[in-house]
Amino acid sequence: MAAPALILFGVFAIVPLFGVAALSFVHWDGLGAITWAGFDNWTDAASDPVSRNALWLTVKLTVLCVLFQAPVSLLLGVFLAGRQRYRALLATLFFLPLLFSSAAVAITFTALLDPNFGAGSALDLPLLAQNWLGDPQLALYVVVFVIGWCFIPFHTLIYQAGTRQIPRELYEASRMDGAGPVQQFFHITLPMLKYTIVTSTTLMTVGSLTYFDLIFVLTGGGPGNATRVLPLDMYLTGFRSYDMGRASVLALVLVIVGLAVSLGLNRITGASRMESQSEGS
Amino acid sequence: MKLGTRRRSLLALGAVAPVAAALGACGNQPGGPSGDGATAWGLTGGAEEAMRASFEAWNEANPDDQITAEYFANDAYKEKIRTAIGSGNAPTLVFGWAGATLADYVANDQVVDVTESTSALTERLLPSVAQVGMVDGKVYAVPNNQSQPVVLYHNNEVLEAAGTQVPTTWSELLAAVEALKGADVIPIALAGQSVWPELMWISYLADRVGGEAAFQRVLDGEAGAWSHPDMLRAAQMITELVDAGAFGDGFASVVADAGADHALVSTGKAGMILQGSWIYPEFLTNAPDLVAGGNLLFSTFPVVEDGAGDPTSIVGNPANYWSITASASEADQGTAADYLSEAVYDEEHIDSLLAIGAVPPVAGLEDRIAQEDDPAFLDFTYAMVRDAAHFELSWDQAIPADQAQELLNNLSRLFLGEITAEEFAEAMDATL
Repeated sequence: MAAPALILFGVFAIVPLFGVAALSFVHWDGLGAITWAGFDNWTDAASDPVSRNALWLTVKLTVLCVLFQAPVSLLLGVFLAGRQRYRALLATLFFLPLLFSSAAVAITFTALLDPNFGAGSALDLPLLAQNWLGDPQLALYVVVFVIGWCFIPFHTLIYQAGTRQIPRELYEASRMDGAGPVQQFFHITLPMLKYTIVTSTTLMTVGSLTYFDLIFVLTGGGPGNATRVLPLDMYLTGFRSYDMGRASVLALVLVIVGLAVSLGLNRITGASRMESQSEGS
Repeated sequence: MKLGTRRRSLLALGAVAPVAAALGACGNQPGGPSGDGATAWGLTGGAEEAMRASFEAWNEANPDDQITAEYFANDAYKEKIRTAIGSGNAPTLVFGWAGATLADYVANDQVVDVTESTSALTERLLPSVAQVGMVDGKVYAVPNNQSQPVVLYHNNEVLEAAGTQVPTTWSELLAAVEALKGADVIPIALAGQSVWPELMWISYLADRVGGEAAFQRVLDGEAGAWSHPDMLRAAQMITELVDAGAFGDGFASVVADAGADHALVSTGKAGMILQGSWIYPEFLTNAPDLVAGGNLLFSTFPVVEDGAGDPTSIVGNPANYWSITASASEADQGTAADYLSEAVYDEEHIDSLLAIGAVPPVAGLEDRIAQEDDPAFLDFTYAMVRDAAHFELSWDQAIPADQAQELLNNLSRLFLGEITAEEFAEAMDATL
């Protein structure tokens, strides 16, 4: 039964993974001869300040993304789980970014954030006419914001569905005991959403670790190296510098970190034990 | 702009593995994609129209030796062509920029020597442009479109309002920057987010300070080439310009692909811009009144007073080039060579290039240019290329890709003020 899925996974995930692992031990510029490199690529990558900075930026980006996206999408999701008609209307609006391709979003934001012709100068608001993507101190936060803008709708959707699964009886019972909305949120909604939170946070974390296209189009890793996160560093090393060996090392680092983080998250939060959350269990 | 995705790049990274294995096993066998006739891969945009017309005319005249052309976006093409050549699946005619990539192809025997088969064409070319297609004295690539020198453009309305004029020397340039700043405009528009426009500045400055030799030392891989006093001085001049506020505060947010840099000049928000000749048509579209009123001026890069450089030397793209792949069949190689010597820059091709404002690097075009509707700019760039003591290929094309990436990276940090000229030189010396 599982054969088709296993074959697909094997051909498109496992085999290339071994290919990349093999490439990480050779020197190859994509054109000339392939020469054995031993651990050269690994030691070079470990001592390269650009790659080390990229790893640090990736961690920073991931943490910031989770800190920004998780609370906002949780609150929005719980809010949109209500059945009122105006909420349905708002939900439709909130989910619009889900429909846009990230390249289009990035190009649009580049134009909006342009200090000379962007929203700031069009609306004559000097506060908005900052050097958003050109200031190394600001650029990463702008990237976090734009990624959030793209992905909060998706996580909101997950939270909305999660919240709607919570049995109404729990709320009715608590209301009889005199609980207000705030108490209900902290004592019913939040605990009942435990596994939704785990799922959504894992997706956010792993997603941010490997996030590429939007940053590539939005900043290209700049200004300087301010937003050159690991996936981007991998791409630029492989397909701009044509150093396939080094790029493979970075790819493997990403695989290892991504696996470790998602397994770790599962273990810490106990999701792997998959206890039942239904009433009466 | 390449709109890549993470997944695609990961897959591509995985996909090269079997290719690598195949290459390692059997080397480069000739005659990969053969038997189906000659093929060519070109670029979309730019002079695509003229190239399409040229192939169509060739195919009509030579029904038995057809050339099938496909067109790709710039960045996507650059990645595709390398894997294609490495795996023996390249088209017969390979579009390129010459420089280090061509030298790489030659070193790996991927392209053929066309010195004899294209001599009829190369004799008619401007020498500074033909030169770039040669490796070790042999022709491996011939130009296929227009010369693209880098030009300093000025919005004369802005310059006049600030009480200054087109600078011809370094000190005049600094004075103009001060005057323009005083008039509350950005003195010089620069697309810092794209980084490559920053290369134009350091290339010209290094050339004006130290002449051709300054960058030749880098090309030769001489130790300490980047910390040579001339190169160091050029890097210091960059810092001097940035510190003087020559590029405004927000240059690192400006993107060249969207044309946000020359838009600053057409809208009068900036006084000057150093950019390739390929942006001229944009001014015609975006600021027709400025051009018609004679207020869009263009000039060569200012002279550095005590510098060793020849003031006629230019930087940019001498042209794009065709090479013939070694893995193509004999018959296809023959078709391609015939096309190069007979059809490239024939009367029709030259006409279709001139019609889109592109000047082909062919000798003796003065009279034909004079007949065009708007000859001033064509005439200016043609004379610039014809009379150039030296036409320096864009640095990112001239040096190997890994060094070029380091250069773009360190240069953007120099412009941002994150590193000093000395640190820039030191970091770049480490790449030699």
